[in-house]
Amino acid sequence: MRLFNIILGVAVTGILGFFGIKEVLADPAYFFALLLGGLTRGSIYALIALGYTMVYGIIELINFAHGEIYMIGAMTALIVSTVLGLWGWNSAVIVILAFVFAIFYSCAYGFTVEKIAYKPLRTAPRLSALISAIGMSLFLQNYVMLAQTPGFLPFESLIPDFEFWEPFADIITSVEMTIIATTVIVMILLGILIKFTRIGKAMRATAQDQIMASLVGINVNRVISTTFVVGSATAAIGGVLIACHVGQINFYIGFLAGLKAFIAAVLGGIGSIPGAVLGSLVLGISESLFTGYFWSEYEDVFAFVILVIILIFRPSGILGRNETSKV
Amino acid sequence: MLKLKNIHTYYGNIHALKGIDLEVSEGEVISLIGANGAGKSTTLMTTCGVVPAKQGRIIFKGQDITRKSPDAIVKMGICQVPEGRRIFPYLTVAENLDMGAFLRNDKEGIKNDFDYVYNLFPILADRKNQAGGTLSGGEQQMLAISRALMSRPKVLLLDEPSLGLAPIIVKQIFSIIKKINQEQKTTIFIVEQNANLALKAAHRGYVMENGTITITDTGENLLANDDVRKAYLGM
Repeated sequence: MRLFNIILGVAVTGILGFFGIKEVLADPAYFFALLLGGLTRGSIYALIALGYTMVYGIIELINFAHGEIYMIGAMTALIVSTVLGLWGWNSAVIVILAFVFAIFYSCAYGFTVEKIAYKPLRTAPRLSALISAIGMSLFLQNYVMLAQTPGFLPFESLIPDFEFWEPFADIITSVEMTIIATTVIVMILLGILIKFTRIGKAMRATAQDQIMASLVGINVNRVISTTFVVGSATAAIGGVLIACHVGQINFYIGFLAGLKAFIAAVLGGIGSIPGAVLGSLVLGISESLFTGYFWSEYEDVFAFVILVIILIFRPSGILGRNETSKV
Repeated sequence: MLKLKNIHTYYGNIHALKGIDLEVSEGEVISLIGANGAGKSTTLMTTCGVVPAKQGRIIFKGQDITRKSPDAIVKMGICQVPEGRRIFPYLTVAENLDMGAFLRNDKEGIKNDFDYVYNLFPILADRKNQAGGTLSGGEQQMLAISRALMSRPKVLLLDEPSLGLAPIIVKQIFSIIKKINQEQKTTIFIVEQNANLALKAAHRGYVMENGTITITDTGENLLANDDVRKAYLGM
């Protein structure tokens, strides 16, 4: 079985590689455009996937309402930028305020969702919390649909075409460049937060052993809340950025984006933060290449096919730890 | 210093502790012995607030801590080395020790305590950058005790410190426990199945059966007690 898997893997890679190299050599510029498009897409997935993976790492819950938090971030930015635009404020101020409000509202929702829907179920069977998460997701979607509108809303890009970027604009637009750069900065900040700060250490300890964490004096409830807030903040940043990129949003955008980011988190190894980033980039780039070279209609199918393949062959993901504990 | 009054604890429908009365005075070493499933570990978990008591009161230094959260109880100076050691497996030895000092802010004092525990267990200094999960059982027990000491506890609760360790390591650990009691004036409360060792180390002991305390006396007297000898010392 093992040998068969290896042979199959080599054969598939070989065939794809052969066609791949031929195609790439035929039109390198097209290939790089796809690659950068995939990188942009992967960056957005990464910003959302972080929330999934951090929450899973700490309380072993797939927070299905996470995609909605991302959507709420985009919606808030839209409302803030429209209102301030009507008042005729400076566009730089609008960008900053849109981000600030989006992050603030998403964090508030993330925090509240945890307190209302998950905390009372902390000791309940895991399935209960999962169903509660799906319920929260449906509730938030419908709430935004009723409060706003079911249709698509145009989202005027908050990010201008930078003048200094003009020489490169053919390869990658300034919006895409901003998305990639912002993601890199967020990742670095998050890495510092997790690795070096007090709350970061508390998060790592809580993820490894919740009861022991409380026995060294860590307030576990506060750590869990913080995790939801941090995950919501990165999702909100992703929401605003993607809305700028696509140019329109509705109440439903969180659903598919959330699912794909979830796939990315599973691909990288759910619970692992570097895994979520790596999984997102791999998923984003391979989706982009697939749609660019094969069938663009099957874009979403492709992501789910990847999910099925990982679950069959490597359920712990690329960087996931195998769950073996020493007694 | 620490007083448990008529404590009742439940796991779901299971009545695990059925009215425990227990007292630990300052500077003492107390042992709680009993068979598997008697409720020894539950007593410690209830004291630490992890499995809160349904009924009864826990008084520490004149304050009622029955309803306090585990982190608040650690802050007051009660620290537990739980059963199975519970080392953070993916944190290094130094990081594990650092987590023990989570509630402290005195950098100087923490540094001194690092030196103190490295002195107590030199092997930990050698393994300081190794992941906690890669240590042997004995080293993990040393790390677990050191991690608890890093919080500068007034009362140290030890759950089965001898579990699964070679006799020579067990001896070493018990002598260090005595040393901690004498040097740091830390009050120590040991839960053990190894009754002989635990009673020898203790000033006073309690014997537990089916969620209740059945006998209490000094360590020496318990070692001489016929019932205890028959039931727990195999004589």
